[in-house]
Formats: sequence, structure tokens, C-alpha cells
Amino acid sequence: MCLAVPAKVIAIRDNLGTVELSGVHREVSLMLLPETVVGDYVLVHAGFAMQIVDEKEAEETNALLREMNGEGRTVL
Amino acid sequence: MENERITLAHGAGGKLSQELIEQVILPAFGNPLLNELHDGATVNMGGRVAFTTDSYVVKPLFFAGGNIGKLAVCGTVNDLAMTGAVPRYLSMGLILEEGFPFAELRQIVHTMKLAADEAGVYIVTGDTKVVGKGAADGIFINTAGIGDVIPGTHISPKRVEAGMDVILSGYIGDHAATIMAGRHGLELPASIQSDCAPLAGLTQAMLRAAPGIAVLRDPTRGGIAATLNEIAEQSHTGILLDEESIPVHPEVRGVCDILGFDPLYLANEGKLLAFTAPQDTAAVLAAMHAHRYGQDACVIGRVTAEARGQVGLQTSIGGIRVVDMPLGNLVPRIC
Amino acid sequence: MDKKEERALAQRIVAEIVRLMADRAQPVRFMEVCGTHTVSIFRAGLRQILPESVELVSGPGCPVCVTPDDYMDKAIAYAKREDCIIATFGDMLKVPGTSSSLGEAQAEGADIRIVYSPLDSLKIAVENPDKKVVFLAVGFETTAPTAAAAVLAAQAQGLENFYVLSAHKLVSPALRMLLADPQVRVDGFILPGHVSVVTGTDVFAFLPREFHMPGVVTGFEPLQILRSIYRLARQVAEDKPRIENEYGSVVRREGNPAARSVLDRVYETVDACWRGIGRIPASGLQVKQAYRRFDIEAVLPLELPAQEKKTACRCGEVLRGIINPRECPLFGKACVPTHAVGPCMVSVEGVCAAWYKYGGGRFIYGK
Repeated sequence: MCLAVPAKVIAIRDNLGTVELSGVHREVSLMLLPETVVGDYVLVHAGFAMQIVDEKEAEETNALLREMNGEGRTVL
Repeated sequence: MENERITLAHGAGGKLSQELIEQVILPAFGNPLLNELHDGATVNMGGRVAFTTDSYVVKPLFFAGGNIGKLAVCGTVNDLAMTGAVPRYLSMGLILEEGFPFAELRQIVHTMKLAADEAGVYIVTGDTKVVGKGAADGIFINTAGIGDVIPGTHISPKRVEAGMDVILSGYIGDHAATIMAGRHGLELPASIQSDCAPLAGLTQAMLRAAPGIAVLRDPTRGGIAATLNEIAEQSHTGILLDEESIPVHPEVRGVCDILGFDPLYLANEGKLLAFTAPQDTAAVLAAMHAHRYGQDACVIGRVTAEARGQVGLQTSIGGIRVVDMPLGNLVPRIC
Repeated sequence: MDKKEERALAQRIVAEIVRLMADRAQPVRFMEVCGTHTVSIFRAGLRQILPESVELVSGPGCPVCVTPDDYMDKAIAYAKREDCIIATFGDMLKVPGTSSSLGEAQAEGADIRIVYSPLDSLKIAVENPDKKVVFLAVGFETTAPTAAAAVLAAQAQGLENFYVLSAHKLVSPALRMLLADPQVRVDGFILPGHVSVVTGTDVFAFLPREFHMPGVVTGFEPLQILRSIYRLARQVAEDKPRIENEYGSVVRREGNPAARSVLDRVYETVDACWRGIGRIPASGLQVKQAYRRFDIEAVLPLELPAQEKKTACRCGEVLRGIINPRECPLFGKACVPTHAVGPCMVSVEGVCAAWYKYGGGRFIYGK
């Protein structure tokens, strides 16, 4: 359920944003994420920005590696 | 005439039908065979003749990189080319909806002429019918074509054997992604458009490099997934693909990510798959790289003796998944 | 990270999972409750690289699959009305109702439009002022706010011909119901990443607290799913169940409060029927009184005869992870994606469809 993709917000007009993903542009509603500003990466689902993406991916992988090496837990 | 529209009278065989032919069809395609305006064309052919037909009902009629007319010529030319033939002559059947704008018809016919010229084929016979409003969707086109089979070639899935290489001529999914993006409010950069192109020149170059090519196929509807499944089934062999070697433009991947599609299932209109014996692969690739429609050609997998009738895909994390036949139409999914 | 590193890391994580689960008497069963996870797991070939000691089972995570027959019957009945246009996500087209599907209604001339966003159906309403445009509002907590937002947008635009037919479902009540079912055996949950984007992680706190059940919220990349399986394995090995978040890039503890407030303005919880599972208390959403004029069922009530469809379809057990699709007598025979009997075979995300399409279970290419 719930296909969603991260995309970069490149323009905002009222509560509509234009997002870009790999060169593809689409208009998305910012009604559910009013705090969005241009430049944010947002998670897009069904034409709506749902959340601001915080680049934690690399961090999460590194945390896991450290844990597998016996260090303490660092990701929530 | 530019604001004019097609009426039922244009298909009634009288004066208006004649005008349509004289003002739109002949100026575009005029050639000695067509100009005869006989009930049919008579042509000289060499030895074995390849013969095919296809009908075109695409929506929208015009899209980035082409229109229904270009598809109608390239599709039939490519079907002939994939049999190992040099395409020669096409027929064209137009089914027009009452009210269809003349300007659009001219544009479509003009594009068909350009595509036919590029492919080196002549449109030598045709037919035009007009149906009432609502009985067709603007315009439907049928083309049939014949070509000379290149002597010494023998294209057949039955010749596919374990150990052969699977060659893909370039980036997949551009055509379907262009169409689907238009339907669902996605904007693509100008660099991504339908790949619609006549491939006869490419196949001839490939067959000159290696007349023994076992199979040539253009992966249109259903994408490379459908075509490879058909070949696996017909040849009773397995096909194992390497996910990372399959060229997909990032923008096409983007459209897929957003709408929930898999690029393997997206239609192409200017790509081909070839099955070659390993000793021929380098020569075929070299011939392809020298051609404008084969510059990005690469090996995407190989034929296996295991998993007969199936297509597998080596995934990026080291698993293998089955790539099966597509089912029906692509619709965007949210869930 | 390039593909080679990714593969190497995947192998390392798997090795750790093998080590953690080495001395288990029987395989641990981890359940994913998100159809997108189901599909990702198959697409990446994850089952094949996992040890026999870990079994992945699919739960009721596909909103299309859990949508009951009578909802589809209503949708089809509206679709067949001359004055209605149905706007729907593509997934719903082939879902069987009692005796037909939307796809069949479309073939008979019903006006059914596929949309990518609920907002696209507002455009259809604007372009067709003399028709009632009914958006089929299905989906879990991720999708429900988008439908609610569409209702608010329709109100703001003064649109008078836009409606929803709601069958939204909530994930956590379904998990609670599963855990209360003695037939269901699960040792940990791979929790839905995009649902959690809206709900936050606290809604799952009852799992360890009340059921001593591990849970890890995760994303949809193969590596993310593998990481979550590793974390579940570790929780099981240490016998310290808790809720962990492996998708911190978009999942916050508090979720998305703005989305939830939009949801709460338009919808209220209600008992809901899940296909194959039955009634689950407070597991669905209905349009609140204040927005009833957007609820097609309130505006244009239908009198549909109660119908019952009897088949040998075992979707209910499949959806609860009690049996795998191959154990259903119809799977791959009477029930295939082109002629689906049960909804699990229809949706791309459906468990049966995924098993059918990707060869099922521990399918090994060539065997």
C-alpha cells in the first residue's frame, strides 16, 4: 500500500508546489505539509506532499553497521 | 480548407472523396505506383516475401516524438524488418471520424511520408473510410506491408539456444512513459520523447554483420517483458536478465516510480531485441553502435538451458525474480 | 553506495540474521502489513537470500484486497448510473464485487476515469458540471488524508458535484485483531513506512506493551527491508520487543500532524468490514456529519439487495497469514490474475498476485 516517492520542491504558488524527480515535473498539493519551502525534498503520495525528507538513509545504514560491529544503538 | 473538417461525404466515394485523395493523399505520398489510382498496386518482388499488418488506435493522436501516422509506418516497417526483410511497399487504410480536422490529417499524412522516406518504403495503395461522429476516436490507421527477405537469413525463435546473448538496442520505456506522463499530469523534459523510429536500416546493418542472428523482435506493447516471455516460450529456453545492464533513462524511471510501473513492461516503438550466438555478439554490437538507432545497444542477458519458458531477472541485491507476462493495460496504481 | 557495495552489505546483514536465528527450533515468522512491502520483497528476490530460519508472511496490507464485495457492488451501481462518473485509482478496476467489476461496468459503457491523485477527480468534476463525480476513497492512513484534503478543496472551490465513496481503513486495529486470533502466528511485524509517515510510531506502541510483539517501521528499498528484518531478528533473539524506526528519513514519532488534522476534520472512525476477515471495531473511516454533502451514500443512497457470494476462495486466511496462497485450492487454477476470484489476486499488491507473478515463496529460478 501507499506508493510514495521523494521529490524536490522547485516552486511554490499558494498551496501548490512543483516537484521534480529525476527530471520529471508534477504539481503537488501542499495542503498536508504547509511548512514546505522551495528546495525541500518531500515524500509525494497521490499528488500530495506528505513529509519532508531528512537525508537519514546513509546515517541509518552506518548506524546498523556500527551495531553489527558491536557498538550501541544510535537510530531511534 | 484549413478549418475544414472531414464529413461523411469524404468517405462516400464521390467528388469529395476524390478531392481528399487529390489534395491530401497524393501530394504527400505521390509515386508512380500510387498515382495509377487503380484498385490495387502491382509490384515486382525478388524471392521470399515478408508480409505483415497492424492497426493503430493510439490516444493521444499527437505526442512528443511523433503521432499516430509515424507509429503506423514505423510499426509495420519494424514488423517487416524483424523478419529479416527489407521493407518495400505499404498499404494505408484510414478510418476517419466525421468532424476530424483536415489540418490534423495533413499533419499525420505528412509525418507518414517522412517516416516512409526514412525507411525507404513506398505507400502504394490505400483506402479511406469515414464513420459517423462517435463511431471512431478521431482517426484509426491500418497499414500492411511487404518486403524482400534478405537471402541467407533465418529469423526464428526455434533457433534460440542456451548460451546465446540477448542484445537490446537502447533505452527502454521512452514511448510509454511519454504517453503516460501526458495522461497523468507529469511533465517530462524535451530530451524524453517517444522513441518511434523505423529500424529497417539497423536490422540490415546487423544482418550484414551476422546473418546468423537467431531472433529479432521489437518490444512494443507489453515491453521487453512480454517479448522475452514469448521468445522463452516459443524457444523452450530460459532467459536470465541482469537488472543493472538494462538501460532506462532516469526520467522514465521517475515516471515509473510515481505511477507504479515497471520499465520492463513499458511499450517501445523504436527498439529491438536480438538473440545472437556469443561469437557473433561483438560484430553485431559494433554494427549497431555505428547506427543512429543502435548507439546504446548492449547485452542485457543470456539464454539458459534451465527454467525453460521463463524469464528471470538478477536483482541488484543478488536475488532472482521471475519476470512474467504482463496482464492487460497499464494503469497507475497508488496502492 | 554503489550496487556492488549494496550487494555486499545485503550479504552481511543476511549473515547476521543467520547467526541471530541459528538456534531456533522453528522458523520465526515476520509479517509485513503493507502491500508495497509485499511487492518490494518479491521484486528484490528477498525471500531467496534469507535463511530458512526466517519466514516472511504477508498480512492484510493491501487496501484493495480488504475492500469488501458490497463496497464494490455500490461502486459498480454508481458507475452504471447515467448521472455519475467514477474516479478511481487504477487498482480498483478489476476488483470483483458480488457478480461484476468496475472494469466490466466500463466495458458496458460506464464512465470510469483512472486518476493518480484525488485532486485529479476535482478537475473532472469541474469539466463535467452536469455529472456527479464519485471518487472511490480507498486506502489506509497514508491515502485517507489526501481524500479528506480533496473534500476540503472541493468545499473551498464551491464544487457541488464532487463526492467520495469511503472505504478507508486503519492499520493498527487490524493488527490488534490479528493478534487476538489464535490461528495467527507471528513473531514480529514489518510495519508500514508510509502509513507511519502520517500516524507516527506511537500508534504501534501497544504491540510490545500489550502483546510482547516486536515491530520495526521501515521503507521500501530492499536494503531497508533487510535492515528491518535484522532488527526484528535481534529483538526476538534478545527477547526485548520494542518499536524501532528504520525509516527515520520520513517517519517521525509524531507523524504528520497537519495531515491528521485534515483527516480528523472530514472523517471519523467507524467499525468496518474487511474482506475475508470480517468486522473490526473502529477500523474504518466515514465522512463526518458536517461534510455529508460530499458523501455519495448520504446524497444518493442505494438500495442494494444483500448478496452472498460463495466460493472456495481462502483470501481471508491468506490475508491473516494463516495459509500461503498455494494452499488455496483456487490459486493458479480457477483464480489467476486475468480471471481473479478473490481480490488478493487482483491488486498488484495482493499477496496472491505477488505469489503468482513472482513465482511465489522461495521460488528459485529454474527449479
